[in-house]
Amino acid sequence: MVEPLLRVEQVSKRFGGLLALDRASLLAPARRITALIGPNGAGKSTLFSIIAGFAPPSEGRVIYDGADITGEPPHRLARRGIARTFQIVQPFTTLTVRENIAVGSHLSRPARADALAAAGEVARAVGLGELLDRPAATLTVAGRKRLELARALAIEPRLLLLDEVLAGLNPSEIRDMVPVIHANRDRGITIVMIEHVMQAVMSLAEHVFVLSEGRIIAEGPPQAIAGDPRVVEAYLGHGAASRMVAAGTAHA
Amino acid sequence: MRRFAPILIVLALLATVPLATSSNVVLNFLVVALLIALVGQGWNLLGGYGGQYSFGHAAFFGTGAYATAILQVHYGINAWLGLFMGIAAGALVGAVIGALSFRSGLKGSYFALVTLAFAEVLRIIASVAPITGAGVGTLIKLDLRPEAFQFQSRAPFYWIILALVGLSLVLTRMIEDSRFGAYLVALRENEDAAQALGVNTTMVKLLAMTISAAITAAAGCFYAQYFLFIDAGIAYGPWISVEALLAPIIGGIGTVCGPLLGALVVKTLGEVTKLVTGDAPGLDLVIYGSVLILVVAFAPRGITGILLDLRHRLLSRKPAAPASLGRGHG
Repeated sequence: MVEPLLRVEQVSKRFGGLLALDRASLLAPARRITALIGPNGAGKSTLFSIIAGFAPPSEGRVIYDGADITGEPPHRLARRGIARTFQIVQPFTTLTVRENIAVGSHLSRPARADALAAAGEVARAVGLGELLDRPAATLTVAGRKRLELARALAIEPRLLLLDEVLAGLNPSEIRDMVPVIHANRDRGITIVMIEHVMQAVMSLAEHVFVLSEGRIIAEGPPQAIAGDPRVVEAYLGHGAASRMVAAGTAHA
Repeated sequence: MRRFAPILIVLALLATVPLATSSNVVLNFLVVALLIALVGQGWNLLGGYGGQYSFGHAAFFGTGAYATAILQVHYGINAWLGLFMGIAAGALVGAVIGALSFRSGLKGSYFALVTLAFAEVLRIIASVAPITGAGVGTLIKLDLRPEAFQFQSRAPFYWIILALVGLSLVLTRMIEDSRFGAYLVALRENEDAAQALGVNTTMVKLLAMTISAAITAAAGCFYAQYFLFIDAGIAYGPWISVEALLAPIIGGIGTVCGPLLGALVVKTLGEVTKLVTGDAPGLDLVIYGSVLILVVAFAPRGITGILLDLRHRLLSRKPAAPASLGRGHG
């Protein structure tokens, strides 16, 4: 395997007595889509926050592009080419769609006109071209998710961290969004995505890490992961996997 | 250039007022209103665009006023030079207070309280320190020469404060159209999201506070030259901190002309109240308070917001979609 763009090494995070992450390690190979899945409360978003510089880890290191970036503030990571979206969308509500995206475009474009023009390009690429002058507050959930993605893309990242960009979308909206994400992989962006929508994980991700109770309990290609008894148990509870196997043989 | 045309038209119209009237009452009223507008322009940059509500802009107003006065009285420095040094001193105080509060992550009401505390500390120091004249205050010697930034009539004062307001309007518009301005508004709307997009929010806030302080300090310098007397209560008193936020909030927070509009309306209201009630002490403050509550409750985007909604309704007969757009300003 080629040298991964992102390498999370033995990261732990303690909130008082709670161990939210327990020596979690993760690799994201360049130009691939890596998924991070796990039940609610497993620590996925905490891990994302640590990678993106919003929270320092209690232990462990984050290596990006060969450099130790542990504890660097988010704005500097953005300059290194790391972009993130938020699970709970965070639009600049009083600004228009174009102005929202332009905040990201400004990173490499000091001039206002250039940033606004570039924002238009990005908006069209994610299917927001029609809504450029609409206030962000008036967007639908699907629109806000696209805006979240567009803003992150506007900084022209090399590594894109997507925190549940498909959550809350209906099946047809998900079908529309999947090719948009795929297109960015094809443009050479490395993607790490947290996702609950398994159908999307199966069709998008090349490699999956499973986080449960703060620990990485399994990793591998999506098909292998779906059948892994440890993963089934993490989602459905202890003993679920053996019961499923038993039920399966009973039916046979 | 189109973006600057309305500002230039308003300034040109206001500039003709002394040609139409030489009434000292009218000019004095307008000078004071413009002075408040300038103080408010400073506050609006940080509070309106950046969402960092300061309750202590008196710290910058007072520093400008005292710097100008002390430099003249104790060091014989020319008043015009004093104006620039006063602005620089105000900016420095802004940078220091900003660095202390933003680097320690103070936000919202904590930031407001800390700025209030700084202004009060400066007021108490100024009321006891010998160099500020302590409780007696500082009197600038009468020297009615343009070189000394003093004039026989009020018209030159009027044009100077109008020019300062004009500069602050143009500067605000330039900031609106810049990356710095975009970052400032972004962090007001959502600080985390702004950081994720590469905005160094601490630095942007610090720069905004420094420019904001410089603008408000310019008003302080002008005050000292116009009235030729300041004391701790005038320079650093809470009254000016209140005026600083009243004008932009009533006029339209986070808009270029909001503070000017608000200052004119607030000062007019104050004068009308005095006429009607025969100068009952404190009644103008009651009126200010009531207007502030009404604006915050029913027109969060101030007079500018009301005007924009009206125009929107007149231009398009369609139902006004984003009428409550600015509620997020809070």
